[in-house]
This record gives sequence, structure tokens and C-alpha cells, in this order.
Amino acid sequence: MSVQSTLEQKITEALHPMHLDVVNESHTHNVPAGSESHFKVTVVAQEFEGKMLVARHRILNELLANELAGAIHALSLHTMTPAEWEEKGGIVPTSPPCRGGSKARTS
Amino acid sequence: MDVLERIKEQVESNPVIVYMKGTPQMPQCGFSSRTAAALQQCGEEFAYVNVLMDPEIFQNLPQFANWPTFPQVYINGELIGGCDITLEMFEKGELQKMVKEAVATNKGT
Repeated sequence: MSVQSTLEQKITEALHPMHLDVVNESHTHNVPAGSESHFKVTVVAQEFEGKMLVARHRILNELLANELAGAIHALSLHTMTPAEWEEKGGIVPTSPPCRGGSKARTS
Repeated sequence: MDVLERIKEQVESNPVIVYMKGTPQMPQCGFSSRTAAALQQCGEEFAYVNVLMDPEIFQNLPQFANWPTFPQVYINGELIGGCDITLEMFEKGELQKMVKEAVATNKGT
């Protein structure tokens, strides 16, 4: 199974998100074509209600620990409750361009 | 000194510190670059560690606060988060407030 499908499946099963968007941004980085190394994940879930951002990210970091220790080099996370998502009008910031400094893993 | 003790000493002796790839002047990762830029815009001095120049910290920082990725921002010894969280807090004005308070408290002691 592709890394992208794994992310989608794990997050869906664990958090039952109202909205989930997994974008493979690897093509904008210094990696071979077809890579699955850089992802941007937007999760809108009721589960995040009352939790600080650090706690929300920890949930996802733990859920995706295997992927972070292996295939994934960079993971951008945008975590919102349904109310926050609505307030933002469903807009997510763009990820930064690569600066090519290190191909080493992030974890 | 044990590396985890070294990290503990760093985060406790600097009110604001970022562990990043490269330096604020020469960042070597887009996420580190944005994070350092947000901290700079808070208008206070902050410490940084270039993890690419310190392999021991690069390897062990993830287990220090159980956080798998870089960059990592600590204020008053507490992990604030990585790039996404730092930027989100900056956009809300929360980061500026936290940084200023941390630096002011530190000067007063």
C-alpha cells in the first residue's frame, strides 16, 4: 500500500475526521520522481475539541510513528475542530519550499 | 554530560530556543526557515541550535520531548511545537505574547 493510502487509512480509522486531506508534496522537494517523502495533512475532527495544538499533533505523530521513522521525511500538520474549520472557511496555509539542506530523516 | 541533560540545560537556560536545520541567517530547511523567521518577527533575542552541526542532538532530540520532527521550539523549557504550530500561534498573536513574556521574566530574575 502507498504511504499516502496508509496515512489516509490510519487517520480515518482512528479519528473519523469530518474532513481529511493528504497531499503528497514530494515533487516540490529534492527527491526522485514518484517519492512519498513529504506530506501535508489536514485533519478536521471533533476529537481535537478542547485540545492544545501540541496535543493534537502528538495524537497524529503517535498514530503515524512508523511512517515518520521510515518513509516520511517531512510532515506538515493542520489540525482543526469542525468549528475552527468553518471559521477559517476551509483554508490551509501553503507549505514552505525546500532548501535542500539535508536529506536525512526528521526522526 | 549526557546529551539529554545537555538539551535539558539548553532549554532551561534559554527563555526561547529553537532547534533547527541550519541557522536563522542560513536556514537549510523550509520549515526551519519559516519558524526562525516567525521568532525573529517577535522582536526578542532567541537562542538556536543547528542540529545539522550537532549529530548527537540531531539523533536524540526527538526522544527528549517525544516529538519526532524538526524544527522544535521551546519557551520557558516547554515544547511549543514545530513549524506548523509556531506559525499558527504567530498568526494569532499568541507567539509574540509568549516570547515577550518569557524574555521579560528572564531579565527580571
